[in-house]
Amino acid sequence: MKIVAVTSCPTGIAHTYMAAEALEQAAKDAGHDIKVETQGAAGAEAVADADIAAADAVVFAADVEVRNRERFAGKPLVQTSVKRAINDAPGLIAEAEAAAFGNQLRGWLMTGVSYMIPFVAAGGILIALGFLLGGGAVKPKVYGGTFEGVTYQAITDYTQVVQKAGWAGLLFLIGATAFSMLVPILAGFIAYAMADRPGLVPGIVAGLLANLVGAGFLGGLVGGLLAGGIAMYLVRLKVPRALAGIMPIVVIPLVATLLTGFLMVVVIGKPIAAAQTGLTNWLNGLSGSNAVLLGLLLGLMMGFDLGGPVNKVAYTFGLAALASGNVQVMAAVMAAGMVPPLGLALATVLRKHLFSDAERKAGETAWLLGASFITEGAIPFAAADPIRVIPATMAGSGVAGALSMAFKCGSRAPHGGIWVIGLIEKPLLWFLAIVIGLAVSAALVITLKSLGHRASDEELEAEMGDASLPGRRTATA
Amino acid sequence: MADLITPELVDLNLTATERGDATRSLAERLQASGRVTDLEQFLADVRAREAQMPTGIEGGIGIPHCRSVAVVEPTLAFGRSTQGIDWGAADGPAHLIFLIAAPEGGGSEHMAILAKLARRLIHASFRDSLLQAPDPEAVVTIVKKEVLGQ
Repeated sequence: MKIVAVTSCPTGIAHTYMAAEALEQAAKDAGHDIKVETQGAAGAEAVADADIAAADAVVFAADVEVRNRERFAGKPLVQTSVKRAINDAPGLIAEAEAAAFGNQLRGWLMTGVSYMIPFVAAGGILIALGFLLGGGAVKPKVYGGTFEGVTYQAITDYTQVVQKAGWAGLLFLIGATAFSMLVPILAGFIAYAMADRPGLVPGIVAGLLANLVGAGFLGGLVGGLLAGGIAMYLVRLKVPRALAGIMPIVVIPLVATLLTGFLMVVVIGKPIAAAQTGLTNWLNGLSGSNAVLLGLLLGLMMGFDLGGPVNKVAYTFGLAALASGNVQVMAAVMAAGMVPPLGLALATVLRKHLFSDAERKAGETAWLLGASFITEGAIPFAAADPIRVIPATMAGSGVAGALSMAFKCGSRAPHGGIWVIGLIEKPLLWFLAIVIGLAVSAALVITLKSLGHRASDEELEAEMGDASLPGRRTATA
Repeated sequence: MADLITPELVDLNLTATERGDATRSLAERLQASGRVTDLEQFLADVRAREAQMPTGIEGGIGIPHCRSVAVVEPTLAFGRSTQGIDWGAADGPAHLIFLIAAPEGGGSEHMAILAKLARRLIHASFRDSLLQAPDPEAVVTIVKKEVLGQ
């Protein structure tokens, strides 16, 4: 790892240099490269811009304001007092490692997300157009199933799709096919970001297997990280020269894919299947109890993994209820599934600065996807920042599900969102449930994302304050 | 350039038990050797630095220091205290006291020597050899060898 550091203290003749020496020692002991800029009385020799650019983390051990700190902007930063660096340099180096890793992890996830977003947008819009033009029956016409009492056979010869399901069916088929690549692309490009080309095959295969075992996008995240990690390890392995040539093309993809695949199917797939069975039984046991509570639970599940295994259990529960004539559960499930993309779309409009460019673009299409009950529209946001986004989508979906049940709304359609509004009972109250749910989601995601942001802003302001009031920091140090 | 440290600037039996008294007794040695012109001014400057944040660091070390107009040459006065003196470090009193005097507006050549001295301070081997030094001459030899490479 490469670290750059700045040390500085009020007098600039003792602690500045002691901290520098301590950091250099600790970095060397931990096997890292470090360049320290001592902003002291002996004259600062500036760290080269190239070293800053190459640095994985920046450490400021300073009791006075770091001069020209804008040179370090955008780097993962660990900031502390000069004394801390002298007394506990190894701890500080460990913090720098953690900061660098956190930054790297975000970078990997964002790479996967940025490649996935066009698939979400293109596939999602085509599916929505299919519903718009063909109504709710378009899905069973292509993939088989029952809609409004009519049972359709799945198309087996896809060249016949226009004759059997119309142009809407074709749009739906193309969109659904693009959508099937969503998790493989996410996992593949996370692994690609980590290990370069040798990571691509194990990553994509991990994503395909996540689809097969029904692990959803969270399974894809895990699979991509696993694949990338294994490929990274193999890339760094020292091998005999004779093998080196075929390592990146044959050996690494082969071994990494085998290992990742094994883990995905056996270690991740089986527990997911078991958990789904358990959840289904639990939900069945709840039938007949408090309807609003059931709506809340189904909503929380819909908003948790956005098309993943838990979401599927709730959706399947809704389908089963619909088949037995209970339309209210289906309405609650659909309302809850529409909320996550809509809530995030609203959040990107209300607080642009909390989202990346790619996320804001995803937000534009998320309106249409959410309105069409394509919960996957929220995945780009959740994959990039799961810890802040998933609680928000769960809360909003839970509220919408509970309200839909409380209002006794019903849906005779198992999918389609606003395009099947004619099959919704009490449509205005159902809309109200969705609007309240999406407002909850948007408010919560803005709050959670702002917490992280504001903390760093305040730190910066506090520093500026310290710089103009020398000695203030020392009172708290 | 005058020597960074001389045997007259070393006190291996600091009797003072308080930070200010210890600093004053070492500073008097600086004045006696002509390194500091105005004792009170110098002590005031050291106190001002100490007031910003105590200069004690973990490992039993105190490093009172300042840049002062009362200082003629960059100089180190060294004191050793058997019972230890509280210097504001979290892990206990300081046994090795380094009083570093730097002239106000001293050239970077001067400062580079002090920077090198500061860098040596964090090394346990340097501290240990000073803890075991039998007489002031030995201290001077250790400092010159470690800091100046002489």
